[in-house]
Amino acid sequence: MDLRKLKTLIDLVAESDIAELEVTEGEGKVRIVKSCAYPQNQQVMMVPQQMMQQPAPMATAQATPSAPLAAPAAPAAPEVPEGYLVKSPMVGTFYRSSAPGTPPFVNIGSTIKEGETLCIIEAMKLLNEIEADASGVITQILVENGQPVEYGQPLFVIA
Amino acid sequence: MFEKILIANRGEIALRIQRACREMGIKTVVVHSEADRDAKYVKLADESVCIGPAPSISSYLSMPAIISAAEVTDAQAIHPGYGFLSENADFAERVEQSGFVFIGPRPDSIRLMGDKVSAKQTMIKAGVPCVPGSEGALPDDPRIIIQTARKVGYPVIIKAAGGGGGRGMRVVHTEAALLNAVAMTKTEAGAAFGNPEVYMEKFLENPRHVEIQILADEFKNAIWLGERDCSMQRRHQKVIEEAPAAGIPRKIIEKVGERCADACRKIGYRGAGTFEFLYEDGEFYFIEMNTRVQVEHPVTEMITGIDIVQEQIRIAAGQKLRFRQREVKLTGHAIECRINAEDAFKFTPSPGRITSWHVPGGPGIRVDSHAYSGYYVPPHYDSMIGKVIAHGATREQAIKRMQIALSEMVVEGILTNIPLHRELMVDARFIEGGTSIHYLEHKLAEKPDLPKVTQKPTKK
Repeated sequence: MDLRKLKTLIDLVAESDIAELEVTEGEGKVRIVKSCAYPQNQQVMMVPQQMMQQPAPMATAQATPSAPLAAPAAPAAPEVPEGYLVKSPMVGTFYRSSAPGTPPFVNIGSTIKEGETLCIIEAMKLLNEIEADASGVITQILVENGQPVEYGQPLFVIA
Repeated sequence: MFEKILIANRGEIALRIQRACREMGIKTVVVHSEADRDAKYVKLADESVCIGPAPSISSYLSMPAIISAAEVTDAQAIHPGYGFLSENADFAERVEQSGFVFIGPRPDSIRLMGDKVSAKQTMIKAGVPCVPGSEGALPDDPRIIIQTARKVGYPVIIKAAGGGGGRGMRVVHTEAALLNAVAMTKTEAGAAFGNPEVYMEKFLENPRHVEIQILADEFKNAIWLGERDCSMQRRHQKVIEEAPAAGIPRKIIEKVGERCADACRKIGYRGAGTFEFLYEDGEFYFIEMNTRVQVEHPVTEMITGIDIVQEQIRIAAGQKLRFRQREVKLTGHAIECRINAEDAFKFTPSPGRITSWHVPGGPGIRVDSHAYSGYYVPPHYDSMIGKVIAHGATREQAIKRMQIALSEMVVEGILTNIPLHRELMVDARFIEGGTSIHYLEHKLAEKPDLPKVTQKPTKK
């Protein structure tokens, strides 16, 4: 289930009298619970699965008590991010750092120059360093560590 | 059986493969270029991966991108369709090395048949009749070249070993033109295929193109599924195909069919494949073998009732062939018209948005197309947007049904070759049957006031 579908489901729950909604699609399952049904924070739980556009695996999201909706734990891709989009030049798996446990190449707020390495994309057992094709400040990181990405998929937003 | 197959192709064949997978309960991963984001089969796939920009070289021909897509989606097998990387032995090898099943023959079978000289030698050894010609590649010695041509008899045709599908060929009518022709073909072959080897064959003046479809499993079981007549061609591109071939004694065809199945067993061939022949004066002459599913496979499916794409998948999954030769029965006659997005008589491509799309139906009519109303036919790929297939109890009925079907079909927004097909379906010689591979070009040449358009033929 991709993030757009998820957002549609969340809106559906928010706008209706539904207190709890569980949707199963193939191997994936989503359960959305409205805050009035349970006293605690509402949760969006997702069974980890291997699909495109899907952060894997996903932890339960905890929204602030005042918010009527939960936001997914992974940074949700805004529909039209502002700024310069760095897009994936290849199909593969996205990694924030060169090896597990090492610090990521960049973080939100990092100032980067054109040509600097932003991330690694692993394709066919080879690690490819992806370089920035613009200079500026990283304002958004649109994919999760370990997430599969396709050609042209937006990875970073540079302001 | 596989749980997930990656479809490494586009257009109507991608949809065809997807339909076969869905019927078998197999999930599909479709890879696509940026230009094919809105393809019907992309929308219907369980998963889709954009593998590159529009140009094929960066997408459908990109081995790393395709294999990467299989890795990130955990596909188990890759179906290469036809064209693109389907007959690329290196690709088949890399797919297997990366831990996936390549739905097709083994890499060395592809290599063997990809080199037209070694393919011919293999067929000669297997008892499959070949066009008389040079025994293998032509040497550089001009005396031997001249001697060979004298033995074969003019006219001769010089062909590139690394070519195929109508590419890298030159006809020679006289001894005076021979050495020059060989030299030029060698140079062109070196540039186009990276292999300057050429061989010589007798040039048949009025042959028909008749091919044999085979299926073979990993256990040396092989069957042939009848024949197809694909003589209606323009610049080596097939325009109309039919099954069976009209007016050829069944006994002759059965003999050739058996030889082909036997050759498959001998070389340990696995999967679907087609042996292409030229047929003239009661004799069959092998020209090349295609180690993939072909565009025209539907006509064979219509007369045998066998789903060739599903059988490819079963064979690749290690299953035994489900049919014995004696269970293969040919029923009725099928004709296929390739629908291209092009001017029907000038053959200039006509990409663009299809504003109105209405396909025919009724008894015996099958339409294999990924197009739909509102679909944008991209300019980056070949112009075929679909196939209309008509089946009848007889060839006459199949022709009648095709005439009716073509008259019902509506495609607006782009040009198509439907007008050409409608003309051919009422052509007296076509209805009589048995026209040679030169017929269509001669017929088109006789048409008044057609502008000469120079075009590069593309391989399919």
